[in-house]
Amino acid sequence: MPASGSITSSVVEVRNLSKRFQGFTAVDNISFDIKKGEILGLLGPNGAGKTTTIHMLLGLITPTVGSIHMFGLDLATHRETILQQVNFSSTYISMPFSLTVEENLKVIARLYGLKHIQHRINDIVKKLEMEDIRHRLTRKLSSGQMSRLTLAKAIMTEPKVLFLDEPTASLDPDIVNKIKSFLKEYQRSEGLSILYTSHNMREMEEMSDRIIFLQRGKIVAEGTAPEIIQRYGQRDLEEVFLKLAREQNGP
Amino acid sequence: MSLGRILALLSRHMYLYKRSFARLLEIFYWPFLDLVVWGFITIYLEKVGMSLHGAVSFFLGALILWDVLFRAQQGIAVSFLEEMWARNLMNLFASLLTVGEYLVATMTMSVLKVTAVGGLMMVFAWVFYSYDILQMGFSLLPFVLNLVLSGWIIGVLTTSIIMRFGQQAEVLAWGMVFLFQPISCVFYPIEVLPPVLQSIAWMVPPAHIFEGMRAVLTTGELPVMHLLWATGLNCGFLVIIVAWFYHTFSICKDRGMLVRVGE
Repeated sequence: MPASGSITSSVVEVRNLSKRFQGFTAVDNISFDIKKGEILGLLGPNGAGKTTTIHMLLGLITPTVGSIHMFGLDLATHRETILQQVNFSSTYISMPFSLTVEENLKVIARLYGLKHIQHRINDIVKKLEMEDIRHRLTRKLSSGQMSRLTLAKAIMTEPKVLFLDEPTASLDPDIVNKIKSFLKEYQRSEGLSILYTSHNMREMEEMSDRIIFLQRGKIVAEGTAPEIIQRYGQRDLEEVFLKLAREQNGP
Repeated sequence: MSLGRILALLSRHMYLYKRSFARLLEIFYWPFLDLVVWGFITIYLEKVGMSLHGAVSFFLGALILWDVLFRAQQGIAVSFLEEMWARNLMNLFASLLTVGEYLVATMTMSVLKVTAVGGLMMVFAWVFYSYDILQMGFSLLPFVLNLVLSGWIIGVLTTSIIMRFGQQAEVLAWGMVFLFQPISCVFYPIEVLPPVLQSIAWMVPPAHIFEGMRAVLTTGELPVMHLLWATGLNCGFLVIIVAWFYHTFSICKDRGMLVRVGE
């Protein structure tokens, strides 16, 4: 069952968002909302535009056209107010290798102007079972520990919106399970809104309240997992994914 | 502009230097070797009786001031490389950190590097060659400040090129400043340059600074015109280069390069 908190108003509103790079459209006129307390899954094959969408939502890539509003504010003009309440974690980022886990978290806490830094670090380190590695150099972390660190840095700032770009990619099932359980529990308790991407269909079904399927930068399907499965006449989300991905890539 | 975020970025670099032997070497080892080699050259020049009045002052003073420029530039460019190597740029620029705060933090980092390297070289020069750069008195301060400004300009220029062209341009962090060395007239007076290069050199702030330094050593007087030219050019170039950095940052965001730099 998807984790559903009290879903009310939209905290993220994306309208007619497009991103064109030279001779290539990565995101093509997409619109969607993320409601308060909702986990929205962003699904699609490689190159569908998922990561570009997240980068635009973080203000790291400027959209070609379209608007992004969060908490009713325009990201283009209220960057600081919005980013104070937003964070992200991704398999594709890292943190400075020569700093310990705790030092990295301290730097992030200072960047976000957090109060009671040591208390917050103690808290997040405990929640994510990182006590044994808090003084370890980041370069010595395993991929699972690194994932927990990037998740810790995202959650420590107590965001209202969290973007998770394949947070469990290339991790062993035990760690994936722990991260998923933590995220669901945390999302429920904090009423967090999450945009979640993954290539694991079962995980997507399990985690998401609603799913958006991107293909060649366009939204081709939107709804709950059962709705999408029914619409495409398939047995599960994985079959839907394969059908749509093969349409994109050709036979 | 948030002081807290600037200090946050500085603390990130302090943690790094605290335990990185390679980075400490960069601050202490190379400047020390430079000083040893140039020190022996000046001793040799004096021994063979070359008619260069105050060779030690000329060369060692120039070398110390050149290192101020070099380290000020590196403080900015290498700080960016550190983020690129650590794949940390996304963490920084998806946080509340602004471009202005980032620049101020790296400029502060460059001042810290200059202070460490400059202080060390002064001590080495005094211990090994009995050379006291402080003999230049208060004239030294405006020279050093201007060299730091020049280092920032070259550092921000280098960083914007690395940001725009990625890892293939990272060698510029060490090489760019040497492009300016011949026309900065660090170890020789500007008159030795061909007329065309002289015209270019007068537009380069460090050329005024090194000419000024030599004037202080030979006449003992502060060359006000050189200082005014250096300060004016530095301020003008700094405004232009910071605007250029903002423009490049905006292009990189538009083309998606900020999230790919270093890949």
